Amino acid sequence: MPAINVNPTRQELTRLKTRLKTSIRGHKLLKDKRDELMKQFLDVVRENRALRKKVEDALMAAHGSFTVASALMSTEMLKQSLMYPKQSVELTMDFQNIMSVNVPQYHFKTRTADAGDVYPYGFAATSGALDDAVDALSGVFQDMLRLAEMEKTAQLLAEEIEKTRRRVNALEYVKIPQMQESIKYISMKLDENERSNTIRLMKVKDMLLKEAIEDKREADQQAMQSFQAQEEL
Amino acid sequence: MSNENYRIAVLGDQDSVLGFKALGLDVYPAETVEAAREILHRLAKENTAIIYLTEELAAGLEHEIARYKDALTPAIILIPGKSGSLGIGMANVKKSVERAVGADILGG
Repeated sequence: MPAINVNPTRQELTRLKTRLKTSIRGHKLLKDKRDELMKQFLDVVRENRALRKKVEDALMAAHGSFTVASALMSTEMLKQSLMYPKQSVELTMDFQNIMSVNVPQYHFKTRTADAGDVYPYGFAATSGALDDAVDALSGVFQDMLRLAEMEKTAQLLAEEIEKTRRRVNALEYVKIPQMQESIKYISMKLDENERSNTIRLMKVKDMLLKEAIEDKREADQQAMQSFQAQEEL
Repeated sequence: MSNENYRIAVLGDQDSVLGFKALGLDVYPAETVEAAREILHRLAKENTAIIYLTEELAAGLEHEIARYKDALTPAIILIPGKSGSLGIGMANVKKSVERAVGADILGG
């Protein structure tokens, strides 16, 4: 699509040339950014997949034990056992900057120092399967947090990559060709103007010359006539 | 950088989420998609950094999940419920690869 609606002036040409230079530089930088983001993203996503598989498997095992526990114990009893958790988790969040994308980093602190100390009930009245379930859950919890971090990072990076890719493409296939076209148009127009100016000057010079010659001829003629008149006398 | 304390919530049907209570997470049992939607919005407004959501409920909440996908908080992470993994979580990972790269280059 040629952008013809530009003023074919020298000032506009200079402006466009600067813009084109900036755009080409920006395009190169954005392309580099996209490549680096992609590299980071693929690492994150690979880990994300592995972690998700691990967490899903572990959670399924925990659910299995939990189902057994709920079969062995009454629902009320089960709820009662888990009603007041002994453990509590405090989560703080930091941000890490990956190629100008802010991604979260979670840090957590448990209230009781001993990670194994999670059973909020006495062992007498509960089934062993419940212990297994709680144990499995607390074992997978670290991975779950890491998974949350990875997955969010992957999502945010994916968004940024998409944006960057669009920008790179817009510059490469629309903006830069358009500007090149405009520059070409303006410089052709300017050249054309210059040529027509030269021609006009040449024409004017021709006309002036012709006039001068005619004047001279007339003067000669008059001189000739006056000379002949004198001769006759 | 903030030193605020954030919360971790687990949202899902009663049997799937009860166990997380022992870990000291905030547990929100929700049996229906509507109830889950309401809780999800409330949690997102509060200081919740991570919401673990069971896949059964997530299937009906795609729109809500997409809305929070590009926000820094909360991170909505799908976990399999008691009836097993539905593969939605994995599919979402795949989707984000497709979004970034244009095609799923890592394969199944």
